[in-house]
Amino acid sequence: MATRAPDRPTVVPRHRSERFSRQLAHRLDVKASPYAYVMPFLLVFCAFGLFPLVYTAWVSLHDWTLLSDVHKFVGLDNFAFLLGDDYFWNATFNTVSIGLVSTVPQLLLAIWLAHLLNRPLRAQTLFRVTLLLPNVTSVVAVVVIFSQLFGRDYGLINWVLSWFGVGAIDWNAGTASSHVAISTMIMWRWTGYNALIFLAAMQAVPRDLYEAATIDGASGFTQLRKITIPMIKPTIVFVVITSTIGAMQVVAEPLLFGTYSPTGGPDRQYQTLSLFIYENFAKLDFGYASAISWMMFVFIVIAAGINYLLTRRSGGNLT
Amino acid sequence: MIPRLGSGKARTLTYLTLIAVVFFSALPLYYSVVVASRDNSALADVPPPLWPGGNFVANVEKVFDTVPFALALLNSVLVAGSIAIAVMFFSTLAGFAFAKLRFRGRNALLLITVATMMVPTQLGIIPLYLIMVKLEWTGSMYALIVPALVNAFGVFFMTQFLSRALPTELLEAGRVDGCTTWGLFWHVVLPVARPAAAVLGMLTFMSAWNDYFWPLIVLTPENPTVQVALSTLAAGYVSDYALSLTGTTLGTLPLVIVFALLGKQIIGGIMQGAVKG
Repeated sequence: MATRAPDRPTVVPRHRSERFSRQLAHRLDVKASPYAYVMPFLLVFCAFGLFPLVYTAWVSLHDWTLLSDVHKFVGLDNFAFLLGDDYFWNATFNTVSIGLVSTVPQLLLAIWLAHLLNRPLRAQTLFRVTLLLPNVTSVVAVVVIFSQLFGRDYGLINWVLSWFGVGAIDWNAGTASSHVAISTMIMWRWTGYNALIFLAAMQAVPRDLYEAATIDGASGFTQLRKITIPMIKPTIVFVVITSTIGAMQVVAEPLLFGTYSPTGGPDRQYQTLSLFIYENFAKLDFGYASAISWMMFVFIVIAAGINYLLTRRSGGNLT
Repeated sequence: MIPRLGSGKARTLTYLTLIAVVFFSALPLYYSVVVASRDNSALADVPPPLWPGGNFVANVEKVFDTVPFALALLNSVLVAGSIAIAVMFFSTLAGFAFAKLRFRGRNALLLITVATMMVPTQLGIIPLYLIMVKLEWTGSMYALIVPALVNAFGVFFMTQFLSRALPTELLEAGRVDGCTTWGLFWHVVLPVARPAAAVLGMLTFMSAWNDYFWPLIVLTPENPTVQVALSTLAAGYVSDYALSLTGTTLGTLPLVIVFALLGKQIIGGIMQGAVKG
């Protein structure tokens, strides 16, 4: 008893401080650990996403090449030169042209395919898997394969066209024909993917809407137009905007279709904006390439904005 | 089930259309196998060859002689594998925090995450290259792996999944039992997250395997990934389609096999992620 008594005062504070520190640890855990969990993402994003984007603007204001350590500040000179550069406007035209030719038919086809798949069918999984197969194929593979198919002399496509009396087309040489060829590659790779995204949205549409329409005698096409499309409009807006952003960035297709030449064909007939950036990057003219990047960013924002307004406006009030 | 298929005629038409789509989806891949199994000179035949020939093995040997294809395969497996694992882990971690934990600035950060999904990374490619020059990572696989360790899409995907699939009561029960947040993540969140994380991992692996433009910029032909090696093959031997399509077939085959086996789950994941977009 006598020996225990002096122990007591020391035991109680230890107990208390332990409880206190456990509470502190718990509070620290609850308050701070969420930040620790999102930290890896934020670090990677800031270092390799946000910083490069902002730094592009800084580089674009300089006469910046990799060959020299001195980067002279030139203000907006790169942009002024850009606006007078015919190659830049040529690349802009090609980007818009390839973008329209590849995106518009692609999305219409994708909606129609999703509509066809959105009903009880045999072999549903087989159809879906094959639809996505092109998307699993890499860009490099797609372009190599289609370059063969679009070959002037021994290509499969010209061979089939010759049955209808069409002479051998030099797909690579013309502006329009090369745009069609490149758009075909993009369409082949992305139509199925977008069809699946539309299908997912269509499956969330309440079934009784269709039941009512069927009772009223509405045909399949009318149902697609009057029910399905208005109901999945948020998804359509989303897909149109992501496709537009994708179309602005087309680069591997024209690069490889032109067998590695960054000019996009001898007459620049299919050089896109991204490829134009790459050309100047390859020339180590980083300042100019950065200025093009920023102009492209402006174009993307404008294009996304126009798309958003257009798709919102058309098709009524169901959003 | 609605919408109705109507008459038998409409049904036949639907099937015919879908079969045509299957045909055109598979045809280019089939034809690349045809070309890959032929001698290059056979391609000048009229009509063009439509069936596989017997030259595949010889072409494969030639591919391995022309470019460092074994090294490329190894690099691609290493890069795509480590990116997929890292993205699965870090996305689940951040997704858990965004979906189930309360902290100041959560909504703002989540909004930034969604917004960054829309911004093309390609725009920052020049400074990204300058960073790699500074770090002396050009030509090395670090330049591919480190920037791709986690991305906005993955975080958003896991946030969406966990906010639906993870019952808050389960977390509360864990707390009562004295679990720390890390303990909750390890014992409660991870088991629930596994199916979605697996889909995310497969999608990430495929896109990392197929990534071309950034590897082309930052790597050298001597130490390539599969896609860079394929483009070297296509560029160097413009006329030798048999050779480049053999490479293409070799580089695509692993993915097509994985996809054929797990396609159903992958498609489920894409469609799940899509509706939330």
